[in-house]
Order: sequence, then structure tokens, then C-alpha cells
Amino acid sequence: MRDARIAFGDRLVARDLTLEFPAGRTTCLLGRSGVGKTSLLRWLAGLLPDAPRQQPVAYMAQSDLLLPWLSVLDNVLLGYRLRRDRSALAAAEPRARALLADVGLADRLGDKPNQLSGGMRQRAALARTLCEDRPVVLMDEPFAHLDAVTRLELQDLAARLLAGRTAVLVTHDPLEALRVGHQIRVLSGTPFIVGPPIEPAGVVPRDLADPALSGLHSGLVAQLRGQAR
Amino acid sequence: MRPLITAIGLLLGWEALVWTTGAPPYILPPPSRVLAVMVERFDLLLAEAAWTAIEMIVGLLLGLVLGAVLAIVFAASVGWRRWALPLVIVSQAIPVIAIAPLLVLWLGYGLASKVAMAALVIFFPVVSTLYDGLRRTNPGWLDLSRTMDASPAATLLQIRLPAALPAFASGARIAAAVAPIGAVIGEWVGASAGLGYLMTLSLARGQTALAFAALVVLCLLGLALYYATDWAARLFVPWQSQGE
Repeated sequence: MRDARIAFGDRLVARDLTLEFPAGRTTCLLGRSGVGKTSLLRWLAGLLPDAPRQQPVAYMAQSDLLLPWLSVLDNVLLGYRLRRDRSALAAAEPRARALLADVGLADRLGDKPNQLSGGMRQRAALARTLCEDRPVVLMDEPFAHLDAVTRLELQDLAARLLAGRTAVLVTHDPLEALRVGHQIRVLSGTPFIVGPPIEPAGVVPRDLADPALSGLHSGLVAQLRGQAR
Repeated sequence: MRPLITAIGLLLGWEALVWTTGAPPYILPPPSRVLAVMVERFDLLLAEAAWTAIEMIVGLLLGLVLGAVLAIVFAASVGWRRWALPLVIVSQAIPVIAIAPLLVLWLGYGLASKVAMAALVIFFPVVSTLYDGLRRTNPGWLDLSRTMDASPAATLLQIRLPAALPAFASGARIAAAVAPIGAVIGEWVGASAGLGYLMTLSLARGQTALAFAALVVLCLLGLALYYATDWAARLFVPWQSQGE
């Protein structure tokens, strides 16, 4: 993205923003609440007024946004249903089934979302996002509402399934960024500025038991805290 | 169980009131007499009830369809919303009872004027609840459909409309509750059949017990229509209990 400017009325969120996201990798945008990271993601998704989308994206929000009247399988195929392209829909169905098997929902295809637990719903939403098969995946704190263990499981799953895709994941949690991000960029200030790319060693999902990561973690926390002043 | 006991208590009080005051039956018939008339004139009551039921059901269906179409048109088109929505609201400021004689004049003493009356009182709650539901779609779902490149029509049909069905179901419940008003007012003003017609006729002839009997049947009819609508709403909109 180049020279982006994000503002709501008089409130300027960011200006002259030029960012590059490495292809085929996951970039985590890390920032405290209210810094404008969700706005940045919505800008990328073309959801802000006067901000045309630069390329097709698959978007995953904080809540799962599953439609309660559709089965899990139909929810995963929602994009194809909405575009009303029958041949694409037929072609995507086997992939939707395979993705649902990947996220461990192979036996819940016909269930309605209200029959699933919170973790299962988020996994179905992940399958829907990946089923879109767009060049860029945008995720807005997708695991924020889950309990700790489910969150760890889903981070592993997402890191595995996002392999080879260009993804931008917004989070306020330095641990999450360290676990799933090939590259981490810290957002801070008002209007926010984006820090230099941080690329921790190792393959994602990283094991947090790695002592090198705890050093990076305290570094990130210090950055987040220091620049909030 | 408790409401039933309350109702029986009230009926006993009514019975006692008639016996102690010695009120003549053409002023206040005791419940026992109303019940006897209901049994005696069962065939007549059933025939009139069938007529009123048809008026109510046809009026309800017509009102639901008319209301749903208008709500969807208003939600889909700014032009229609600006030019016609205020008129829909104004139409509700006119008391139905005031235009009932006109409808009978135009549409005759038969079924049409009653159906029109019922549809007229029914379509407004349907339009307002469904239109409201269509405007209050979860913004996250709308974001999602935008990133999925859905056309406005696809978003309306596949997301906004199903999402508004719980609102439509509550509109339909209100409509079912007011449907008897439209039908009976139509019958009072001018009709040759129906429970409302039977009531005016029997009151004029001093057969007050029969009028009460017709009223009881009308109540039962209204309740049946309401619970049937409620049942259909639950059947077709099973996700309405969820707060999404």
C-alpha cells in the first residue's frame, strides 16, 4: 500500500502510510487497543469510505460472522453463493469439505452454527476465509474471544493453513504475533506510525518455550508500552 | 393453570351478579345461559365463524404479502422510501373504522370489503417490523458480503432478508392479533354473514346471549389464528431465539 490516509471526520488515524507486505508470508500488525489497527485492516479490505480496495481479499473479523440459518458447509461456501456463480460453487464444494476436514469439522458439515462451540465456530470461519482463495487474507484479532487453550490450538491451525499465503493479521497480543507472524510490525502513536519489520527466527507456529522468544516478547511489550506514553 | 382459575372465578362472579341483581337476560345474560345458547345454536355459530375465519385468514395473507413487498421495496430503493414511506405512515393515522363505510360502498357487502379492511390494519405492523429488520442487519455480515463482492441484490436476498425474518415473524404475530379487528369492523358496517354480523343482528333482536356466544367464538378464533401464526413463525424461523 502507498500513501494511504485514514481519517474519520477530524480524527486522523494515519497518513502518508506506505507499507509492504511480503508475499506468501504472514505479517502481524501489533498494537494496543484504539491505535487504529482495525482501521488499517478495514482500509486494506476496501471497507472504509473513499478507500478502493487494491486487490481481492478474504476477510475474517473478530466475531465468526457465521449466518445462523445456513449449515456449516453453506457458510464456508458463502462467497460463492453470494456471487451466484454456479460452476464456481460446484468447483469449490470439494475444497470446502477438505478445509472443514482440516479444521476438524468433517462430521459437522450439516450442523447449524448454534450447534457448535465458540472454538468450532471460529474454525468454521477460518475455513470460510481460506475457501475464498483470494491472494490476500486479512484477519482482525480472529482468536481474541477464545479461551487460552483453544486460542493456542487455533493459532497452530491457522499458521499451518496459512502457509504460502499472503496474510495480514491484526492483534494486540505480542505472544500471538510471535507465534504466527513471519514478520511483526508494531503500530503506535496518534496518528499511528508503523515500526520497522521484526522477523523472529524459526518456522511458524513457533514454540513459545524457545528462550529467544521471551527476549523478543519483552522487547515488544516495551515497545508497546513505551510508545503509548 | 392460574389464569384458568381466575377466569372461572370471574365467570362465577358474573353468574352470581346476575342471580342477585335479577338483571333481565336481554341486558346481561348469565354465563350458563351463554353456554346453553352456544350448544343450542352450534351450527349457526360454526357457519358464521367459518365466514369470519376466511375473511381473517385471507386478509392476513394479503396483508403479510403486501407488507413484505412494501418493506423490501423500501429497503432496496431510496426513491420509493422518500416518495411512498411517509404515505404509508399517514395511512395509519386514518382510523380504519372511519373508512370502513367507504370500503363497503366500493367493494360491496361480501368478502372483498372485509378482506380489504383486515389487510389494511395488518400490513402496517408488517411493513414497519420487516423494514426495521432489513435496516438493522449485523454490520459485520454486510462487511463480509462486501469483501466477497456480493451485488446489492444478492446481499438483500441472501443476508439482509433472512436476517430480518425474526423481525417479520414478530410483525406477523402482531398482525394475527389485530386481524379480527379489521374483519369484525367490516362486518359491523355492512355484511350478510359472519360473527360480527351475527352480533349486531342478535343485539338488535334482544338475543343478547347469542351475541355473547358469538363474542366467545370470536375470541377463540382470534386465539387460534394467533397461535397458528406463532407456530408457523417458529417453524420457519428457528434461529430467531439467537441474538445475532
